[in-house]
Amino acid sequence: MQPIRISAFTAASGLGRGVASLRTALERGESGLTSERFETCDLDTWIGIIPGLDEQALPAGLEGFDCRNNRAAEAALLEDGFARAVEAVSRRHGPQRVGVFLGTSTAGILQAELAYRRRDPADGALPADFDYRRTQNTFSVVDYVRTRLSLEGPAVAISTACSSSAKAFASAARYIEAGLIDAAIVGGVDTLCLTTLYGFNSLQLLSAQPCRPYDAGRDGISIGEAAALVLLERGSRDDEASTWLLGCGESCDAYHMSAPHPEGAGARLAMQAALRSAGLEAGAIDYVNLHGTGTPSNDAAEDKAIEAVFGREVPCSSTKGMTGHTLGAAGGIEAIVCMLALDAGLVPGSPGTREIDATLNARYELEPRRAKLATALSNSFGFGGTNCSLVFGRSSPAA
Amino acid sequence: MTLAATVEGIGLVGPGLAGWSASREILAGRAPYAPGATVIPMPEALPATERRRSGKTVRLALAAGLDAARMAGRDASALAAIFASSGGESENCHAICEALAGEDRLISPTRFHNSVHNAAAGYWGIATGAMAPSDAIGAFDASFAAGLLEALVRLAADPSQAALLIAYDTPYPEPLNASRTIADSFAVALVLSAGGAKAGPRIAAWLDEAPSAAMDETALEGVRTGIPAARSLPLLRALALEAPGEASLEYLDGKSLRVRVRP
Repeated sequence: MQPIRISAFTAASGLGRGVASLRTALERGESGLTSERFETCDLDTWIGIIPGLDEQALPAGLEGFDCRNNRAAEAALLEDGFARAVEAVSRRHGPQRVGVFLGTSTAGILQAELAYRRRDPADGALPADFDYRRTQNTFSVVDYVRTRLSLEGPAVAISTACSSSAKAFASAARYIEAGLIDAAIVGGVDTLCLTTLYGFNSLQLLSAQPCRPYDAGRDGISIGEAAALVLLERGSRDDEASTWLLGCGESCDAYHMSAPHPEGAGARLAMQAALRSAGLEAGAIDYVNLHGTGTPSNDAAEDKAIEAVFGREVPCSSTKGMTGHTLGAAGGIEAIVCMLALDAGLVPGSPGTREIDATLNARYELEPRRAKLATALSNSFGFGGTNCSLVFGRSSPAA
Repeated sequence: MTLAATVEGIGLVGPGLAGWSASREILAGRAPYAPGATVIPMPEALPATERRRSGKTVRLALAAGLDAARMAGRDASALAAIFASSGGESENCHAICEALAGEDRLISPTRFHNSVHNAAAGYWGIATGAMAPSDAIGAFDASFAAGLLEALVRLAADPSQAALLIAYDTPYPEPLNASRTIADSFAVALVLSAGGAKAGPRIAAWLDEAPSAAMDETALEGVRTGIPAARSLPLLRALALEAPGEASLEYLDGKSLRVRVRP
């Protein structure tokens, strides 16, 4: 594919609001996970919470969209000059030429969970203030961002579980390439809810400690919430922009609904497709941000796929020990991690991981360190055996 | 800016619309429409374990998709698949919300992993062995047009890989049904290719400021407006007529995706 420029990006996660907090944590190898309890959740688990969402207001006229997920989107787009950057792009190309492609796995389902606690005792009806369309429906966060920023281009919610927001990049890239749009907001938003907390608990996939990807004693995930918004724009190679989306690769496992293919067959196909799409050999990738959820089987399968594609030399790490597994926002937040890593010349570490599993073969990085990076690949895999890999690059690598 | 494709195969499961062969006669006006509840067939390609584990939304989507692939004479595993649905796994969503509002909050693990919007895409891969890319998208009432656009854009990016669009919706149980009413279950599937050797009607699509058009027949218009995936009916009618024509499909903001059909 033709490289697409990254014109702006912003994030909110357990590490804080705005990319500065994420960058600092990456440089220091800090975790944003907490043992604090979410809502009425009584599970013994660690989570990543975006600060201040309970007090986050939406702008006047958009109150009908009010739910945790749209609050997270609002929290993110206020930071890093993101809303202003979108306005400028919208003026430049026209609002009908700017698309919105966001990943989410659960959108505002928390709103439905809360409404189900307030059913009418007589007829079981949900409370009248429950707004299904603007909160629970999968499309609600796309609708919110599009309405909030007065955009009129093509828009879609991508909901492929934990690969959702990575696939949003791939979808938007195709629209840009086909000439339907000139720019797009991509990434994703997923926020804490009881469905995912109790759901992953039912699958016995929640760790009682902060998650430890690649650790010999890893025993499950920590769930986090995040909003990761990235502005993609058609560009030309002589642009000044520093960071580019170079390639996207997608595949399916065709194996199991909640377990990865044991040999990482689908993951391998996605990474190979991303490299082909970027026109790069495996040896040209300087850093891989792993999906690395911290469950025994996920990390083992991904490790096999990494070794098959890259051998054992490419530096790899999972940053889920910092943010938690942000599910439908993971691909977006980890794309931003790659951009920050490229920008700062930094290989991120893996806070929480103590002793690397000796049966895994990838060159796993525990501590952040300086390095000259020109390219980075990010993996995102999800339930249903959905896989997506993205390749990012810098026009002139930071030293 | 138009996007073109050949329609190689069609699958359809809807209220009073059992399969494409029977439904095309109705949509072309050669046979009367008899309203009736949707009957969801059990997709034979699904392994026995998955038959037990999957719910009706998955079966609905797979039934339509497999019919379309068969009509196209295509190996289902080679198709890029785009799953489009407004609400996805309606029954699982309700069951989980109900359990979470209860005392013990016990969710079945199968129920949980079946509740993802891409559950049908996951079971499709398991049933057909497809490792090709698949998407699972939603755009509320514009989900069909958004899915068709997604499929056409994917085809434009890689003309060598035919694409399968499956748009589907099932009603929520109460009380959610009152907040988001979906009249009945409906799935439509289209196998789309860049053309070449395969025969089939050609379509060309573009986004248009004009609003979408209604169905002439009152009962079919009720189906169209009652189920997001049935917003596809104007296109299905144009395909059934086997004559040059146009269809106008509901998109976002009161706009439409216009589709020109050439048999």
